[in-house]
Amino acid sequence: MSSVTALNGATSNGIINVADAGLMGMITLRGDLASAGMAKAVKAATGSPMPAMRQITTGKSGAAAWMSSDELLLMVDYADADAVVAKISKSLGAAHHLAVNVSDARAVFNLPGDQIRDVLAKGSPADMSNDAFPIGEVRRTRIGQLAVAFWFTDAQNAKLVCFRSVGGHIMRWLENASEIGSEVGFH
Amino acid sequence: MSTRLATGGRLINRARSVEFSFDGKRLSGYEGDTLASALLANGETLVGRSFKYHRPRGIIASGPEEPNALVGTGEGGTFEPNQRATTTEVFNGLTANSQNAWPSLQFDIGGINRIMSRVFPAGFYYKTFMYPRFAWKHVFEPFIRKAAGLGAAPTGKDVDKYEYFYAHVDVLIVGGGTSGLAAALEAGRSGAKVLVLEQTNTWGGRAPVDGVDINGVSAEDWITDAVSELSNMDNVTLRTRTMGAGVYDHGWATGYERLTDHAPEIGGPRHRLWRIRAKRIVTMTGAIERPLSFAGNDVPGVMLAGAVRDYATNYGTSCGDVMVVATNNDDAYRTAIAQVQAGLSVAAILDARVMADGALVAQARDMGIRVETGAAISKVKGSKHVTGVAICAQAGEGTPTEEIKCDVVAMSGGWSPIVHLWSHCGGKLNWDADQAMFRPDPARPPLGADGNGFVIVGGTANGYLDAASAMKDAVAQGRKAAKEAGHKPAVAKAVKAVSVAESAIEPIWQMPQGMSVKLQTKTFLDYQNDVKVSDVRLAAREGYESVEHTKRYTTLGMATDQGKLSNINGLAILADSLNAEIPQVGTTTFRPPYHPISMGAIAGDARGDLFKPIRKTPMHEWITENGGFFEPVADWRRPYCYQHEGESVKDAVHREIINTRTNVGLLDASTLGKIIVKGPDAGKFLDMMYTNMMSTLKVGRCRYGLMCTENGFLSDDGVVARLDDETFLCHTTSGGSDRIHAWMEEWLQTEWWDWKVYTANVTEQYAQIAVVGPNARKVLEKLGGMDLSAEALPFMAFKEGEIGGIKARPFRISFSGELSYEIAVPASDGQAFWDMCIEAGAEFGIQPYGTECLHVMRAEKGFIMIGDETDGTVIPQDLNMQWALSKKKDDYLGKRAQQRSHMADPSRWKLVGLKTVTPTDVIPDGAYATDGTIRDNGVKHMIGRVTSTYYSPTLDRGIAMGLVEFGPDRMGEIIDFPTLDGKIIKAEICDPVFLDPEGARQNV
Amino acid sequence: MLSLTCPNCGITADETDLHCDGQAHITRHGAGSNDDDLETYLFMRNNPKGVHFERWRHVYGCGKWFHAARCTMTLEVFGTYSAQTFEPPKALINKIKKKRPEFEGFVK
Repeated sequence: MSSVTALNGATSNGIINVADAGLMGMITLRGDLASAGMAKAVKAATGSPMPAMRQITTGKSGAAAWMSSDELLLMVDYADADAVVAKISKSLGAAHHLAVNVSDARAVFNLPGDQIRDVLAKGSPADMSNDAFPIGEVRRTRIGQLAVAFWFTDAQNAKLVCFRSVGGHIMRWLENASEIGSEVGFH
Repeated sequence: MSTRLATGGRLINRARSVEFSFDGKRLSGYEGDTLASALLANGETLVGRSFKYHRPRGIIASGPEEPNALVGTGEGGTFEPNQRATTTEVFNGLTANSQNAWPSLQFDIGGINRIMSRVFPAGFYYKTFMYPRFAWKHVFEPFIRKAAGLGAAPTGKDVDKYEYFYAHVDVLIVGGGTSGLAAALEAGRSGAKVLVLEQTNTWGGRAPVDGVDINGVSAEDWITDAVSELSNMDNVTLRTRTMGAGVYDHGWATGYERLTDHAPEIGGPRHRLWRIRAKRIVTMTGAIERPLSFAGNDVPGVMLAGAVRDYATNYGTSCGDVMVVATNNDDAYRTAIAQVQAGLSVAAILDARVMADGALVAQARDMGIRVETGAAISKVKGSKHVTGVAICAQAGEGTPTEEIKCDVVAMSGGWSPIVHLWSHCGGKLNWDADQAMFRPDPARPPLGADGNGFVIVGGTANGYLDAASAMKDAVAQGRKAAKEAGHKPAVAKAVKAVSVAESAIEPIWQMPQGMSVKLQTKTFLDYQNDVKVSDVRLAAREGYESVEHTKRYTTLGMATDQGKLSNINGLAILADSLNAEIPQVGTTTFRPPYHPISMGAIAGDARGDLFKPIRKTPMHEWITENGGFFEPVADWRRPYCYQHEGESVKDAVHREIINTRTNVGLLDASTLGKIIVKGPDAGKFLDMMYTNMMSTLKVGRCRYGLMCTENGFLSDDGVVARLDDETFLCHTTSGGSDRIHAWMEEWLQTEWWDWKVYTANVTEQYAQIAVVGPNARKVLEKLGGMDLSAEALPFMAFKEGEIGGIKARPFRISFSGELSYEIAVPASDGQAFWDMCIEAGAEFGIQPYGTECLHVMRAEKGFIMIGDETDGTVIPQDLNMQWALSKKKDDYLGKRAQQRSHMADPSRWKLVGLKTVTPTDVIPDGAYATDGTIRDNGVKHMIGRVTSTYYSPTLDRGIAMGLVEFGPDRMGEIIDFPTLDGKIIKAEICDPVFLDPEGARQNV
Repeated sequence: MLSLTCPNCGITADETDLHCDGQAHITRHGAGSNDDDLETYLFMRNNPKGVHFERWRHVYGCGKWFHAARCTMTLEVFGTYSAQTFEPPKALINKIKKKRPEFEGFVK
């Protein structure tokens, strides 16, 4: 199969590095996040527990990120996404929910480096300090004029997700914001 | 004249000299010099010409309050006009040029205005250029524009890079003087997250210049220790060369960081605009010295006393060999004392006060300096530079009693706290009559989101002009800020500052107090805009009693320095003219930024290819490489057509239409919005969103629907497909995907929150590719994988499966009237599927087509387009779309509004087709139809307008759609469309479906 | 630059991450309503100098709507609350009355 990401393998190096994270399975799951059935479905799909408000949890086969009071973003292997959607729908049965494969609707970036917070703070009005935005939390905000979500996987690595059509723009923005010589040294 | 002293200069490094140029002249200074100090060290005291009268002007101040020394720096792509010499650091290779002088600084032809100054009083332009009216545009304005203005605007593209930085802190401290540092120590020790901004490259402010001791050591040593302690705190960030520019609602502030202005070779962004959210903002911005208003107070060599001291102490530069000091306070005596200590002479201190008996006065007298009390400057002698002063009694009218030779005049009218940042967001001021200054009223601070004051002011900026009380206040305010930001201040450590005590100031608003009108016309309040005492008095006489009116009438305080030196003096003169008290007159409004900041910093990174995001479909690159001629469609770029080599845009469009109607065409329709709507109440919900009945749609089928606003007007349209019992897929227009998704969510979240419906915007999940034309089925059958026959997939149905090995969902829908499949495939496979279609379709004549082809083909079929046939004032009934308005439903959004009397008016313009009588004519876009009558207001009576108009290559004639009064009742009638070039195009009203009304072409 | 706390995700967000959509608690008058009700619904809005109840959406964040009680003069934010209500919570009304004795309470 000749599936390609919006970024098509693009990378850049600077005060942080920026890299296409490749194809990633993503599922928008909406429903009653407080229900036992939902927790069970999330666990079955990703191996991770139900994330609390703004949290991201990871498990054996994926991760679950809290997007809003009735919405999660599940991350699984790209090839498994449709099967996982079917599995969730079966598991939730008649319970009111929506599960849909959105793997191809996004661009995903890997951001390794020790100045990630400073670089993102050049475009996002969100408080990027570790107190306000610790590892394990997802922040939905904007970079310049575009909606994005990002989270740290560890102190030196973050992932950023945006809509596919503007992946190229965000790539250029990150490349520009992480140019050598533009270090801020705040966070 | 000014020169470099043999020793001294705490901020310069005499071991490293730097070369720079001024007006092409090569000069040298030391590392650490400002352009102003380096120019003075080189004896360059004439630095510019004034704005209105082109008077010679020199450096007055040593900081951002400088009104005169504006220069253009850099060249080409780095040129920047109106840079203050006092805030520009010199570096090797700096080029600076004077402004507002032609042909040269020394001989400026505009100086003729100076001789003419009597005919340029306040309000001159308003009074003179009123009649005749036509002359303004053609005579006066071009002349004034040529003569006026400061530096020239850059012509080259700015080569530098700029960026924003968002910072969230507990306490923002603006000002890195001793007060700011003391407050930062308190806030920092409490554990609060602190950001300290200092506009210069040096910590500590004025205290070292003024000989202050803190905690038993020199200010300089205390500053070093304080900065070192702060640097070691993880919770404190220190930033020099960063000015606190503005304070805004809810604790928002901006900081202007100049990263490379002092050293362009280091690269990286030139300026960074800090966008700061702070729980508390502490302004420790110090004070600005006021000039004295005496005749000739603008002659080069007349300077602020504090600045003269700065140049000597900080930069080892004397501003003149023989000094006269004019003052109304003790502080200026420090300048005289420093002058003598530097081995130079002071001819006299002219103290306007009758009594002068402070410790500094005594010290000056002891040093043998001549001190005259009750004395004033009658007039400054010299034109391009001070040669002396005529002195007089302050109490009189200015009759000279003596002339004293000198080459520098150091003046001080007292100090005004810098209250700008306190005031930006609504902090109020009190008049302190004893100290003759406005100071912040702590009871009326700017209020934050919690209803409490969020700006705290301290130190000199809070009206404490002596070092001891300023420091005491700074410590207290730093602790207050930390506490209010939710932190517990540490045990207090006393910080004790000691300086020589001063006796009281006496307010002096003009010198001498009874100065003649003749002297008033040579006495400048606003140096940059050339506003004199006489101008303000004239404005008052002419009835401009409000300070805001006087400001605009005289232009007092309206220049790039925003009246930092002139405002208080000006409003004191206004108050005096009006016989009012100063606080009654009040101040003008303080607005950000405190000091001009670069346009680049304001724009940040939003320039060039980052100016505006462009949305790209998965096939964007292919389209670019294959002749795509793009047009913007919302934030997307879509190909208008695909140009072959040597082909015009028009020819390309015609070719694409004929090919699609004859063979097969390929359209990138990925931009269409796609929204999943799911839940037990999804049908009920869509029945409200659409005018049509959607709940009865069968699984596997598609239905075209209309959406209206609650005002009844059309807002979007598209095809809805029912994926399963509870799930619908709603297509929207390309521009509507985000808007309609938000619209749906708004109703679900804020009106019908008990309805069980979830939505998801899946627009970008799919590449949507339309295969259109008589050969469409053949192409797809060749790819294989799915039965696409008319029986298996009839018109207005869809299927799911695989085509050519790619997961696909083909919809049998048609916007062209041809046999058409719109196939949704995962966006990641879009290009692969597109390539397959191009390859498989080659033998069937496949060609990609663009949006214009799409538009013409839909117009040939009479299909409406949101944004063409609709403009926010059109209801479905206007488009004869009653068939889409369900009568079976109780309600839908917009239904009630469509019943309002005006909406139901039968004379509303309604949709018709239009055929040009001469087939080669095409009605211009936006043309109006007239009936030949003229309305009362002299305008042609209009009876309709064109909404879409094209040349149809299929029919080989001009076709159009339009909204016409009683249109559907006037079939066959010929109406007139006047064109801009005076011709009339005649068109026949007809049915809007021009091609295949039976639908035989699409239903195969 | 205002900042408001979204009650749906707990984030205190800048105005630029939010979208304001005017007066809150408006009653929809659809099919079958009389002209006066329709006019009120479509066109009549309060414009108070003081306490105001507004609709906001955390557009760049969690995407959810919420309501805010805000002073149009001082920009003080008294509180934010769920959009799934027909009137402001009692506790919030009481809090506002305490701060603004002249406030007469929520009037639809």
